[in-house]
Amino acid sequence: MSSPANRAAVLDSTSSRATRVLGWLTLAGFAVLVALAFAWVPEDTRITEQGDVVGQFDAVRLMFVHVPSAILAYTGFGLTFLASVAYLRWRTDWWDIMAHSSAEIGVVFGVLTLVTGSIWGRPTWQTWWEWGDVRLVTTLVMVLVFIGYLAVRRIPADSAVQARRSAVIALVGTANIVIVNRSVDWWENRTLHQQSTLIARKIRDETLFTLSFALAVGMVLFAWLLLHRFRTAYLERQVEELEVQEALVQRRAEASLGGDRA
Amino acid sequence: MPPAMGAALVRDAWLVAGKDLRIEMRSRVGLNQIAPFAVTVLVLFAFALDTNQEALRTYAPGLFWVTVLLASLLAIGRSFAVDLADGAADRLLLSGIDPIAVFGGKALAIAVQLVVLEVLLGAGVVLLFDVTVYRYGLLVCAGLAAAAGVATAGTLYGALVAGLGVRETLLPVLLLPVVAPVLVGATRAFQDAFGVAGAEGWAWLGLLAGFAAIYGVFGALSYGALLEEA
Amino acid sequence: MTHVGYLIAGWGISVAAVLAYAGWVLVRGRSLSRRVPENRRRWMMPGD
Repeated sequence: MSSPANRAAVLDSTSSRATRVLGWLTLAGFAVLVALAFAWVPEDTRITEQGDVVGQFDAVRLMFVHVPSAILAYTGFGLTFLASVAYLRWRTDWWDIMAHSSAEIGVVFGVLTLVTGSIWGRPTWQTWWEWGDVRLVTTLVMVLVFIGYLAVRRIPADSAVQARRSAVIALVGTANIVIVNRSVDWWENRTLHQQSTLIARKIRDETLFTLSFALAVGMVLFAWLLLHRFRTAYLERQVEELEVQEALVQRRAEASLGGDRA
Repeated sequence: MPPAMGAALVRDAWLVAGKDLRIEMRSRVGLNQIAPFAVTVLVLFAFALDTNQEALRTYAPGLFWVTVLLASLLAIGRSFAVDLADGAADRLLLSGIDPIAVFGGKALAIAVQLVVLEVLLGAGVVLLFDVTVYRYGLLVCAGLAAAAGVATAGTLYGALVAGLGVRETLLPVLLLPVVAPVLVGATRAFQDAFGVAGAEGWAWLGLLAGFAAIYGVFGALSYGALLEEA
Repeated sequence: MTHVGYLIAGWGISVAAVLAYAGWVLVRGRSLSRRVPENRRRWMMPGD
């Protein structure tokens, strides 16, 4: 691992010892998760008093990607909110990059949440999409708000201006989610979502354990992604600064050449 | 806040609103472009629903508010485009008027335009969609509260994207998800007022008022920070 | 096993999306790293 070529390869990336540990942990954890989810967890069935067999059957195995995705998406958006508050308080690049990175990861998992939820809903609820469900619609609006946030971030602007503008959007967008959630709740005062399955203990122990495990793997993955994304965003700024400096040097060289000629 | 300062804020907001509305009165962009656009959207809805009178009457509240939201995008964009011309925004900033008053004034001017638009579209749905109004009080209150909500949120986002080259495409992406609760609440209130569905109209009015209040406070507080960057 | 198609779709899309995103971040990080002098890449340790 210490040959010069190898060393250069290690340096030319956003990896560090921490990210490599997290990366291997994620891969190993994912392998175990697949085994648990498909071999260990039994299918979800219940027998009603009438003797009918009901439940999600094997579709329950989709929960192990859907639920962690949802929690990671909201973790990302929550982190964006906190980082935006911190940015407005301390005005450092660090918090701005943090807000940007976590928002992007939040959108990735937010879209995944909607897609996997839809795939799960088709066999279980007999519909790809249900407008009466509060969490579904709230998540959709949340993802749309943060897609807008990322669109704003993609516009070239002075970095302090963009950071302030983005922070305000993140704050308003997050506050708005509470309003959306309440209004959709009143809009259709019913919900299809599995209400308090965890509290009511209708969920099987194996399923619950595997869900917690999936969430733990997801959190490690989130940390890995966030570190890499943060460093990439940091590098983007370094490159921008360097380009400005190079342009300045060139401009000065041109100016002095012109002076010699005159 | 001393009362004199509060009075000055209100007076300045009134001045800004008067300025914006006078510009609109003279340019007639709202009358000649935005209002015809809104009516055209109503007509398009009638085509889309295949002249089914029953469907049009049932969905009139939702169609009405979707039309208002689409037209509001134009009104908001217009309000800030006017300020960009000839560096008017910079002069407004230099005039020493408190940003809170600028925000209040611009929001008020947009709200007034939206109310005018709502009256026009209201006549449109009554005539074209064969709607009967049962509760005028609720109708008026919901119309005012929703206009205030869209205007406050719209002024905040309009200021955010003002001066950006891509503002025409960015404003809808940012604003429409945010005003989704207004669409939900105002549609429900109008369903009640039109008697097409048994909704608790007055409770929805509370949501609309709350939305306007939240965005009014938030917009007023953050407006100074947004203006200085432009 | 029931719902095999749904399971393959759900897990497949999730894995593919995360891999694609992670790959994009890594590749972008690599190409940017080459353009930034070593002393400004503060988290990276010399080879281990």
